[in-house]
Amino acid sequence: MDGDHAVGLSLEGVTLRFGGVTALKGVALEVHAGELLALIGPNGAGKTSILNCVSGLYRPQSGSITLQSRGGRRIPLHDLAPHQIARLGIARTFQNIELFAHMTVLDNLMLGRHVHMAGGVISGGLFWGKQRAIEIENRVRVEAVIDFMNLESIRRATVGSLPYGKQKLVELARALALDPQILLLDEPMAGMNTEEKESMARFILDAHEEWGVTPVMIDHDMDVVMDIADRVVVLDFGAVLAVGSPEEIRENPKVIEAYLGQEFGGEGGG
Amino acid sequence: MTIECGVFHTTYESDMGLRRLPTERIRLGLFLIFIVVFPFLATPYWLNLGNQIAIATVGAIGLNILVGYTGQISLGQGAFMAVGAYSAGLLTLRAGLPWGVSIFLACLITSAVGSFFGIPSLRLKGLYLAIATLAAQEIIEWVVTHWTAVTGGTDALVVPAPELFGLRLNTDFRFYWLAVILAGATALFTANLFRSKVGRAFVAVRDQDVAASVIGVNVFRYKLLAFATSSFFVGLAGAMIAYYRNIITWERFTLETSIIYLAMIIVGGLGTIRGSLFGAALITLLPAFISSLGRGLQDSAPAVAAQLPNIQQAAFGIVIILFLVFEPEGLSKLWRNVKDYFHVWPFAYRRGNGER
Repeated sequence: MDGDHAVGLSLEGVTLRFGGVTALKGVALEVHAGELLALIGPNGAGKTSILNCVSGLYRPQSGSITLQSRGGRRIPLHDLAPHQIARLGIARTFQNIELFAHMTVLDNLMLGRHVHMAGGVISGGLFWGKQRAIEIENRVRVEAVIDFMNLESIRRATVGSLPYGKQKLVELARALALDPQILLLDEPMAGMNTEEKESMARFILDAHEEWGVTPVMIDHDMDVVMDIADRVVVLDFGAVLAVGSPEEIRENPKVIEAYLGQEFGGEGGG
Repeated sequence: MTIECGVFHTTYESDMGLRRLPTERIRLGLFLIFIVVFPFLATPYWLNLGNQIAIATVGAIGLNILVGYTGQISLGQGAFMAVGAYSAGLLTLRAGLPWGVSIFLACLITSAVGSFFGIPSLRLKGLYLAIATLAAQEIIEWVVTHWTAVTGGTDALVVPAPELFGLRLNTDFRFYWLAVILAGATALFTANLFRSKVGRAFVAVRDQDVAASVIGVNVFRYKLLAFATSSFFVGLAGAMIAYYRNIITWERFTLETSIIYLAMIIVGGLGTIRGSLFGAALITLLPAFISSLGRGLQDSAPAVAAQLPNIQQAAFGIVIILFLVFEPEGLSKLWRNVKDYFHVWPFAYRRGNGER
């Protein structure tokens, strides 16, 4: 393993139980700053559980999750609430799209800016001076994301009325509006056709390369994962089965047996 | 909201405006002219109704902030209005504060009481929260009727009419101006709130609280903030009632009041300011309409007229059921449909999907 990388996020001995079911068994993994990490594994392996632990929706029974912030501070995440974790620059999307369905695309993205905005009930209600300036300042940032993701034509559409593929894009855009250091993506390409997958992959790569975001992505489409990921972590039964570059993972006999199957593994794979 | 051909917003400021189209500004202007002209043309009977609608609008907007925008159901509306009314009345009667100061303090007190009873929203949602707020209704009602030393118990509390620039606002005509200014200020404040950070967070909590928390919204804090903001205006409505009626009795603030206000915002349109006004107007005018119908039938059909009080209750229920079945989004949506129809009239194009 390449040890000289700066660490962005590290999990150590993370164990998560639901009653009698152990979802994560002492998971240890590192997300290097600036890489594109993919999490793969069979259903129920604990991929989404890891994202939920990192974003604070689940609280692991034991283990630690630490963020190395952009400023170089080490911040333990496992005792923080989701909104505090978002404030530290960790954004995410969900497998089953969790958008604000009755709001416009614009308002959804403005909510992505929530952690960067000051203002309370009174200043909002008066909408005068400083609050107005704050709204405009953040609107400018949101417009940059809209421009980046080509969402101009649906800016004022109600999100609930958009087709699935567009909603997936809006959810990514909302996460990007937060200006995240780490971007957790839970199956961003699930249910999409090849064309939609391509553009989604393009947006993720661009966000990674141009905006300096560190994506951690779960997906089942091995073609995409092997193409765009810098490193791959394979999970099985709540534990890390293997870590390595896409090539290493493809060759790993344990991974082939547990997840990939012969089609992807070995010399003939890919 | 769609932008019409030929309307270009070149700054974010104008793009974020509350009235973004010329036609919207014209409609608002016409409405304001109506508001100003109305009291000069209206009979005392209609002026009385106008005042009631203005007060109910403030209360309905308050409730809508909590229920319609933030998605936290409350059955405590009546009790919170009682807190506003009694606080305002008592601050003037017992502490001798000027009416303006007591109204403002009454709003703050209601806000604090509302936030306190909003604490269960940390754990409870939907029907369970509704039952928790029902407890608020019962507790506050009990306190008001039993804390005789302060509230006078079940006796009425007599509040002097407010005085403005040496003018006693003791007639419908004079009170009207205070009522519409407060209602207008409430509407403007709320409209602004929901185009800025806090308001968006309220709606986010309603639509998807998990996503809201992950995007950085402190869900519990914003729920409490919604209770506080909502109760502030509900308290204002209560205080307005106190100064309008000059007599405060607890019967005005029972569970029935809570339900009537819920009916207003459901019939008017959840999560819209316009709907709060429409609902307040309809629910205020409906009983008035039915009783005036009764007076008309007194001579020709006394048997029907005698039954009208019963019919009034039933009509109330029927109106709500009809709305729930045929237009769950309320009068506000009907209004939008009318606008959309005339927007392209005489053609039959539909406007783009999901756009308002």
